[in-house]
Amino acid sequence: MLDETEGYTTADGRQIGPVVMDLRNITLRFGGVEAIKNISFDIRQGEIRAIIGPNGAGKSSMLNVISGFYVPQEGEVWFKGYRRGPMKPYEVARLGIARTFQNIALFDGMSVLDNIMTGRLNKVKSGFFSQALWWGRAEAEEIANREQVEKIIDFLEIQNIRKTPVGRLPYGLKKRVELARALAAEPQLLLLDEPMAGMNVEEKEDMSRFILDVNDEFGTTIALIEHDMGVVMDLSDRVVVMDYGRKIGDGTPSEVRSNQEVIDAYLGVSHD
Amino acid sequence: MDQLLYGSEVLINGLMTGVMYSLVALGFVLIYKASGVFNYAQGVMALFAALTLVGIMEGQVPFAHLINAMFGTHVESFGWNVPALLAILLTAGVMVLLAILIEKLVLQHLVGQEPIILFMATIGLAYFLEGLGDVMWGADVKTLDVGLPQGISESIEQATNDWFGYGFFIDRLDIWATIIAAILVAALVAFSQYTKQGRAMRAVADDHQAALSVGISLQFIWIMVWSIAGFVALVAGIMWGTKSGVQFSLSLIALKALPVLMLGGFTSIPGAIVGGLIIGVGEKLFEFIMSSPDLAGSWFGFTISATENWFAYVLALMFLVFRPQGLFGERIIERV
Repeated sequence: MLDETEGYTTADGRQIGPVVMDLRNITLRFGGVEAIKNISFDIRQGEIRAIIGPNGAGKSSMLNVISGFYVPQEGEVWFKGYRRGPMKPYEVARLGIARTFQNIALFDGMSVLDNIMTGRLNKVKSGFFSQALWWGRAEAEEIANREQVEKIIDFLEIQNIRKTPVGRLPYGLKKRVELARALAAEPQLLLLDEPMAGMNVEEKEDMSRFILDVNDEFGTTIALIEHDMGVVMDLSDRVVVMDYGRKIGDGTPSEVRSNQEVIDAYLGVSHD
Repeated sequence: MDQLLYGSEVLINGLMTGVMYSLVALGFVLIYKASGVFNYAQGVMALFAALTLVGIMEGQVPFAHLINAMFGTHVESFGWNVPALLAILLTAGVMVLLAILIEKLVLQHLVGQEPIILFMATIGLAYFLEGLGDVMWGADVKTLDVGLPQGISESIEQATNDWFGYGFFIDRLDIWATIIAAILVAALVAFSQYTKQGRAMRAVADDHQAALSVGISLQFIWIMVWSIAGFVALVAGIMWGTKSGVQFSLSLIALKALPVLMLGGFTSIPGAIVGGLIIGVGEKLFEFIMSSPDLAGSWFGFTISATENWFAYVLALMFLVFRPQGLFGERIIERV
């Protein structure tokens, strides 16, 4: 077992830092149903951490706990060494935790550029009147924000659709815009809920490349949920496996792959 | 030539009436844009704001009737007069307080409900506010004078008389209403396009979940939007109250805002302005043409009058048939 403050070196030689997000004994109930049963795991600085499991295993619920959309009945959430009280999703976002959604939540009426700009709303520090009158600090700030956003647009190769209203885009590009908006916030932890769901092979390859590049280029810590085992094994440094709200495996992809309980869950051994 | 001059005068007066309609419609658009709620109470909010303003200016004791009935006292007035500007600021404060209460007591409990439920809640709110206004400030018609110039502008009458040989009758209050509305609209546009709060407002209007995920507090945005709508209601209340006295029929001007919104589209600030102007000019010109023996009389052989009562609604009906999203509204696209 690793110490909280120590890092480790991955198989491909990347240096992983200390624990950023620590989930301790999380239990989440909806009425009488336990969606998450006493789960603990951590996410370390700079790593790509995957959460996998069959349908209904509680993966999305877990991500919603981290992003503050659900408040667990039991357990503790520690972020950067501090215990987080019950928080609203927008407060969590302001802490530097950005996310994307399984079913895509974009501002359909706005252009791609405006959507991504909303990711930087909390970076705006100039005063209200300064912004309204376009005077003083506001202008310099807006330009700086625009530059950052343009960098992300270039990075994700969506220059040609910057002015297009998001509602008109095909599914795969919407997913990419959503990723761009999350990146615009310069998050310390990026949560991706099934970033490749419903994509074809080519789109999946593109998205995988972007996720790796984001991690590599910006050093962003990423936690993602994914169904495609091949993709998960290629992308992630460590994997948490969930089944029926429980954690049944945790480790590097090769460790998880040889775990008997994980194999049973995926091959469908009866639970009795 | 004479008819043309009369017509121009009617046109200008129509434009100015239109500005007043736009002011009310603006309040609707703001709330609809930010929360998808059609706020039936907008007209009553204008009335409530005007009542409160008069009450504060004249130093009325709120709930005087209630207090007197309960304790057998005879309090009516504090015996002071508050200057108009201070009273307007205080009333704006009351409208912000009202927005906070509406968010805490009503909206917060209806998050995620169907728009029709929220609409019903605003109908309830309208009746509640009307009753509250009555109990707080009394039901008698009050005059409101915040120092805006009123009466026919003599300089315009003189000037037009010199140029055309026919003096235009234009109310100075209407001119001021136009100027104030223009400033208000410019401020609102600057606010919603350029400020962080305005952008957050547009984001909330579009998608609640996405807005939360980029760090926007829905609660804060809703209180802000209702406060702004309350402020717009206050401006509309001042204008209408100065023009025709603060009376409970003021809440009915909200009905005139409906056709304005159908023309302009529920989601567009410029739409509310243009819609108001079209309705204002349209109904005045239509009335002028149709009731004039020289025009309608000679063209059609008959004249009709009192068309102002129905013109706006018929126009709105035609828009509903041919362009339901209004002139500037977002196109309604149903994807299958």
